[in-house]
Amino acid sequence: MKNFKINHRESSGLDVLDLHGELDAHTASQLEESLKLLINSNKSNIIVNCSELDYIASAGLGVFMAYIEDVRSSGGDIKLTNMNERVYNVFDLLGFPTLYDILEDEQDAVERFSNEN
Amino acid sequence: MNKTATYRITVNASTENLSEVRDFIALHAKKQGFSRKEVSDLQLAVDEAYTNIIKHAYKNSNNENVEINLSFDPDKLCISLFDSGNSFKPESYDLPDIRKKMKERKRGGMGVYLIHQLMDSVSYHAQPDKNEIRLCKKRT
Repeated sequence: MKNFKINHRESSGLDVLDLHGELDAHTASQLEESLKLLINSNKSNIIVNCSELDYIASAGLGVFMAYIEDVRSSGGDIKLTNMNERVYNVFDLLGFPTLYDILEDEQDAVERFSNEN
Repeated sequence: MNKTATYRITVNASTENLSEVRDFIALHAKKQGFSRKEVSDLQLAVDEAYTNIIKHAYKNSNNENVEINLSFDPDKLCISLFDSGNSFKPESYDLPDIRKKMKERKRGGMGVYLIHQLMDSVSYHAQPDKNEIRLCKKRT
């Protein structure tokens, strides 16, 4: 699928997913697979860096909704960072900023995790 | 730039074609002078409507088509999506209870609310042989 890509890396002992391109009802399954892989390996401190994410539809937000409880119930969180204005606007329209940690920069998420743990 | 114009595309009802549909909307809306923010809003509204048709009208079955018409006139743009599947009309346009859905590990049900937030008017027309969802946005 040429218009969406995910990279996984580790940073400061946290798992970071870098999203690239367009996240819609077609490409959401790729994000779902990546999150499931992390959760199944008991990784629960996850940062999703959206700096290269150009577009998101509600199907993309749905993936975060479906897995956040699993992650939080094992003491972790999914923190979202580096969104462009257009992507943030979609999260904002649906009220996500009060339910999810959405941060300006990846480093802010690293610090927040280290304060929480 | 403001003269009346219509454009049409027919696509197989598959999520594979979402990016093609978004590109089609962006191409014409940009040419017609809609701002970058407005073009984004239009792309998202049409994406959500098209995704709902695939899921609810056609129940993800292949080999079905969706016809999309863009009609620009001096004061607004109207986008119609036509399908020949099961007619459906959402029961609620309200903001879904995201917190509750999260607890229940559920997803979905957000598209219709978004469409109504992004567009100035939304209407559904079920005819015997086809359904239409019509989305309109005023020029600013």
